[in-house]
This record gives sequence, C-alpha cells and structure tokens, in this order.
Amino acid sequence: MTQAVREAPIAATRRRVNVAAVAPFVALALICVLGALANPRFLSFDNLTNVLARSTFIATIAVGQTLVITGGGLDLSVGAMAAFVSGLTILFLNSGLIDNMPLLIASAMALSLAVGALCGLFNGLTTTVGKIEPFIVTLGTMGIFRSLLTWLAQGGSITIRNSDVRAAYRPVYFGDVLGVPYPVLVILGVAVVGAFILYGTAYGRHVRAVGSNEDVARYSGINVARVRTITYVLQGLCVALAVIVYVPRLSSASAATGLGWELTAITAVVVGGTRLKGGVGHIWGTIAGALILEVIGNIMLLSNLVSEYLIGAVQGAIIIIAMLAQRGMSGSR
Amino acid sequence: MSPPIADQGNGTSPRLDQVILEASGLSRSFGPIEVLSDISISVRAGEVHAIIGENGAGKSTLMKILSGHLTPSRGAIKLDGAPIELKGPVDAERRGIVLVHQEIMLAPDLSIAENMFLGRELRRGLIVDDREMNRRAAEAMRVFGVEAPVAVPVQRLSIAQRQLAQIARVLAVPHRIAIFDEPTASLTPVETTALLKLIRDLKAKGVGVLYISHRLEEVKAVADVVTVLRDGKWVATRPSAELEPVDMARLMVGRDLLALYPPRPPAPTGEPALEVTNFGAAGFAEGVSFSVRPGEIVGFSGLVGAGRTELFEALFGLRKGDGEIRLGGAPQQWPNARAGMRAGAVYLTEDRKSKGLLLEETIATNLTLAALDHFQRGPLIDRAKESHALDEAIQRFDIRVGDKNLLAGQMSGGNQQKLLLAKMMQLDPRVVVIDEPTRGIDIGAKQQIYRFIAALASEGRSVIVISSEMAELIGICHRIIVMRNGRVVGEVAGEAMNEHAIVVLATGVDAKAEDVRA
Repeated sequence: MTQAVREAPIAATRRRVNVAAVAPFVALALICVLGALANPRFLSFDNLTNVLARSTFIATIAVGQTLVITGGGLDLSVGAMAAFVSGLTILFLNSGLIDNMPLLIASAMALSLAVGALCGLFNGLTTTVGKIEPFIVTLGTMGIFRSLLTWLAQGGSITIRNSDVRAAYRPVYFGDVLGVPYPVLVILGVAVVGAFILYGTAYGRHVRAVGSNEDVARYSGINVARVRTITYVLQGLCVALAVIVYVPRLSSASAATGLGWELTAITAVVVGGTRLKGGVGHIWGTIAGALILEVIGNIMLLSNLVSEYLIGAVQGAIIIIAMLAQRGMSGSR
Repeated sequence: MSPPIADQGNGTSPRLDQVILEASGLSRSFGPIEVLSDISISVRAGEVHAIIGENGAGKSTLMKILSGHLTPSRGAIKLDGAPIELKGPVDAERRGIVLVHQEIMLAPDLSIAENMFLGRELRRGLIVDDREMNRRAAEAMRVFGVEAPVAVPVQRLSIAQRQLAQIARVLAVPHRIAIFDEPTASLTPVETTALLKLIRDLKAKGVGVLYISHRLEEVKAVADVVTVLRDGKWVATRPSAELEPVDMARLMVGRDLLALYPPRPPAPTGEPALEVTNFGAAGFAEGVSFSVRPGEIVGFSGLVGAGRTELFEALFGLRKGDGEIRLGGAPQQWPNARAGMRAGAVYLTEDRKSKGLLLEETIATNLTLAALDHFQRGPLIDRAKESHALDEAIQRFDIRVGDKNLLAGQMSGGNQQKLLLAKMMQLDPRVVVIDEPTRGIDIGAKQQIYRFIAALASEGRSVIVISSEMAELIGICHRIIVMRNGRVVGEVAGEAMNEHAIVVLATGVDAKAEDVRA
C-alpha cells in the first residue's frame, strides 16, 4: 500500500486514540453533573470526600492491575489477597510483639507490604517461570489466599482487639491533611507513581512492549519474564497499600473482605481505556474508571431512581457500555 | 492436483485472448489524498499481466479494488463486458476473482489442511473428513514440489511454507481471475520456480492472472504484458517482450537507476570477529561451523527449511541450541538476545512485522527499544536524547516519513526495514546478522539497504546476510555459505559465486537446475 494511503487513516486513528484517552474523564464529569441534578447533597464536601475515600481500595488496586494488564497479564487474586494480607496484618497488630504504638503500626504496614509483594512474586513467577496462563494461576491463588484467611479466622473474623491500637491506627483512613483525607492522598500518590513508572521509565516502556508483542520484546533483548513478574509484585504492593488504608476502616477482616474486588478493579481498568489484551495502559483513566464506579453507586444511594440493590447490574452495564464506546471510537470491527 | 478452474459460465469455454476483466478510470482517495488516479487496465483469458511499481505506486490499492476489498472513488469495472459492482471480497470470489494476499492470512492454530478447507470442510455424514482433507492438501502442496506437514498448526511452519499454503488455499476456490500480490517475496528459487510453473499452468487453462512483484527478472520470465504505475498514476503498458528488467526499473522510478549493488568493500584479512564451532539448533541444524572477519560480508544461502533462520535464532538464544561461540576470541554463552547484544552481536529477524517492530508504537519507541538503557537519565527516559537519535536515524538510514509520530505499522516495508536496522545499530554492534534484509521492499529501498550493509562492513563490522535471493547475496557478499537440511554443505567465493553453483549445493543435485527464466 502506499505511504499516502497509510498516513491518511493513521491521522484519524491518532485523533481517536486521544478521544479514547479523554473519554473516561468526560464520562466521569457527565455522571457528576447527573448526580448534582439528582440530589444537591451529592456535591457536598462531605459526600465527595467520602466517595473519594471509599474508592481508594479499588483505585489503588486498579493502578497495579493496569500495569499487570498492560504487560499482557491478569490478576484475579487481588480481592482474596487483600483479605489475606488484612488478616495477617491484624494478627500482627494483636500479637503484642511490639509495645511502642507508632512502631507497631509502622511494622504492621511494612509487614503488609512485604506479604503483598511476596504474594505478587508468587503469582508472577508461577505465570512466567511456570509458563501457565495468568487467568489460571491467579484463579488458583485467589482460592488459596481466601481459604488461608478463612482458616486463620477459623471461619469467623479477625478483629483488632486492643482499642488503643484501633484508636492509634484510625486516622490512616479517617484523618486528613488540610481537609484532604489521607486515602485521597494515597490515590494521588499511587497514580503519580504508577504513571511515572509506566510513562517515564524504561521499565514502563518494556511493560508496554511485552504486552504489545512478546516476540518483538524478546528479539529486542528484553527479559520478558522479569518484566512481567515485576508487574505482579507491583500489583501485590498496591494491594498491600489498599489494605493499609482498609484495616483501620473496619478494624476487622473476614471471609467477606475484598469479595469481588478483582472484578471491580478490572472493570475500572477497562472503563479507563486500558486494553485488556495488553500493550496500552492508562493510569489516570483507571483512576477515572474507579471513581465512575464509586460515584454511580453513591448516586444510586442518594437518589430514589433505581433500587440500590441493582448497583451490581449498573456496574456490569457500565463495563459493557464502555467497551462498546471504545469500539465505536476506534472504528474497528 | 491442479487447482480446479471455475466452470466458465453459460457453458461456453472462453476463447483465449478474450478480455475477462476490464477496469477503466479507477481512482481512489483516502481523505484528501488521491492514491490511485485514473487507472485503466484489462486482463485477458490466458494472459499474465504484471503490475509493477515502487512501494507507494498504488499496486496494492489497485489489486484491493479489483478483488473487492476496497471500493473505487471513481471508475468502473466490467466482467465479461458487463459492468459489475464488487460488494466485497466474497462477492468477488463468487464471480471468480481471487486474491493471494501479500500478508499471510491463515489461522495460526489450524493446520494447512484445516486452513485450506476453512468454511467448506469436507464431511462424511456429520463428521469432518480429516483424512481426505489432509490427502488433498498434501496433493495441493505437492504442486509446488513441497512435502509440507499438512496436519500440524501453521504457526510451526516456515514463512515460505505458509505462503505456499496460502496460495494453494486461494486457488482451491473456483476462479477465472487470479491476483497474486508479491507471492514470491518469501520463497526461495526452487519454490519460486514451482510457483511460476503453476502460473503458466493457470494461463494454459485460460485463467487471467494479475501478478505483482518486485522481482523484475521474474516478471520478465512469466508476464505477457507489464503495466507500470508510479505515484498512483499509470505510466506504461507494454508487452513484456519489449521490456528488459532494466527498462522496467527505469519506468518505475522515472529516472536511471545507479548500479543496484554498491562497490564491494575490500575483502578483509584480519582475525575472525565471530567464530562458531559445531553449533546445532534442536531439530533444525547441527554441526555448523563458520567464522566471520571484521569488515566481512558473509551470505547464508539455502532452500526453505535448510535451517538458516533457526540456526541463527538458536545462536542468539531465541530458541534451543548448543555449540561453541567465540567473539573476538572470547568464549560466549548467549542464553537470550540480551546476552548477545551485550557482547556486541545483534540479529535482525526476517519477520519484521511480528518479531521485529511494535507496529502500534511510534518510530522513536521502536528505535530505542533494544538499547533503552542508553537513553536513560536517572530512572527516566531521556526524551531529548531519544528525539535526537530519531533525527539522526531518519537521516542516516533515509527513513522517509512525513510525520515523525507515525506508528511503525503504518510505514512501508522499506521504511520498516530501515527502522529495524537503525534500531539494532543503536547498540553499536560488532557483528550484525540480517535475515532477509530486502523481503517485500521496493527496488529503490533495496538499493539503499545494500549500501547500508556495505557501509557497516566498511566501518569494520562483521555482517552476515541470510537471504533467499541468490542474486543479492552474489551482489553484496564476500563469500556465501550454503546450507542444506540443517548442515553447511559448502561455500562459494570470488569468481565461483554464481547462481548455478549455489543451487547445486543447496539442492544437492548436480544437474543444471531449472532457471527462473526457463
């Protein structure tokens, strides 16, 4: 085909790509307008910060998931991993190993990050070294992590027993800096670091290359297994961060903790414009996707238009609509 | 099996020379750009009509219009004198117009037989008749003189085998007009000869053939009529008897071509840069030993399946292999491509599109991908340095792009090859292995690639060129190593470098092999 033939459609494609990248934010803005119309209370500072804080868990995990998916992988175990890491963290807080309160909490956070990273490393090595589909591996670890938590909790729940510890840890979810809640800062921090890694560093470009075409990456001298494994470790760290913010909220972990988070996180990633088969990732789009899901739930609670029992159905519909919109914009079949 | 010919409609057999397909005033625009303007062309029964032109001349666009993949912006198509409107490739096939694509379009997980009968599987009762389909597929492949494994997934076959399978598949559809878009780009001389014979058979049966190729010798050998396009416009239509390849090249580029091959750099005499001893690639090559000096250009010739690509992929840790490698005298272990790159040796894949470049990424991203650690400032990618490298590469390798933000997949084959070369040169290697450097690229770009290769050698780098085009190996190499069935069977150099000598070694048959021009 001729040069000219190619250049014409490509110019159009690039325009579309930009539209696709902006679309989640436009959608988020429209939904917020809808929310304000449905109930003026939606725009209140308290409500908005509450929505943002509640979206922290999914948004944080979804940033990690964006990296994993961009690298051509998938992690279904994140919800169960969150439950498992929560359980271990609380058990550590209850253990009484450390008397100094700030040190105890800092150690619990460090433990949480270490366990998250190890869980991610296990997922990563099993898929890359073991050469097993990530869907299968993480389906397996999803069962393992959740079952371990259930076993640790003996079928019940694990709760922070010491009320002093609870009081000391509480501000991590409920506290704020100049009115901005800590969880919101966590979202911002994770997104900035995630975007820095994906767009700024050589590693991030390797992630995109590996997800885009593994053979090209291999022939270019990129260590495909290492690049992929690290995405799972980063995902584990994101899960651990989410846990660090989650634990003070309910001070308890049970078999129901993080149930379905993996699907909500993947929904946020896809709604945000990241391509499910890899190669293209949008960190900020993912944040918008996570907010869209949370805001819609919030609007349904505030208004009486649709029963809140249908939140799951609406979120399910969103992912399908988002995919249809992406397809329509990219013009492919 | 000869491919079945369509029943010729209304019971009459076609008179040879009768015009089957006639296009007049075809134009096609994409947005504001007209890529094809006012092209008229006709194809007669029993005639091979070649379309030649540089990349960008509009050949593929024209073929896509004639086969229903694109609709013309203006102009008309007549079949047997009656105006028709092609509603799509299926409609075109129903009318007996089939296209052999330039790109390989087979389902990689299905076998040759399964691909060949896709959508029209043979059945016995409710069950597909695999045995019969395999038998017929093997027969169809035998027309090319190839014993192809028809029951294994095509992704395990070589590109040439896939290409032949694709041709066989298309020709299994009843047809009156067969369009071939660069069918020989990935074939070696023996398969090319078989394909040209098949085309002559089609011709004898009254099929009209449209044939696109960059290989002008081949066009001269097989075509009755040649139409030349340039920049989307018609330049000339002449009987091929009146045109020599050099005339065709002149019409294509619109100016006199300098010599196709650059002057050969003087043959070097230094100590070998790369020495390979008793190397094997599991199942593809064994006991291979050779060496290359700094500044030397060594060719690797052989038939499809001789194991050349596999040998070098194994050498660079891209597939299983073992043996001794020395670089500048130092023993090497290359478990992956990175290890070879660190030591100063690079391999440029023959499969640009699926192994060489990220088609959906920009030129700059592709350029620096293999050498990204040279483009870092702290943890960040140094965009300024990257952009500078891009400008340099565009200039040095004459990568012709109007827009530097173009995606690699949107560039012509010639520009992609130049980009792949530029990408690997970012590593400043001492040893460069280039697999099929000019596959599917036009003559102007070819000429440039040959000059780049000669320049690399002049800079003191060792260059290994793997190619199925014997003429180019003879044109640019100091010596040529020939492989057959995974082993090195001989080497030719100097005066002894000629096609006959290579074919004898490559086939192991010491008889005058059928020449392409036969």
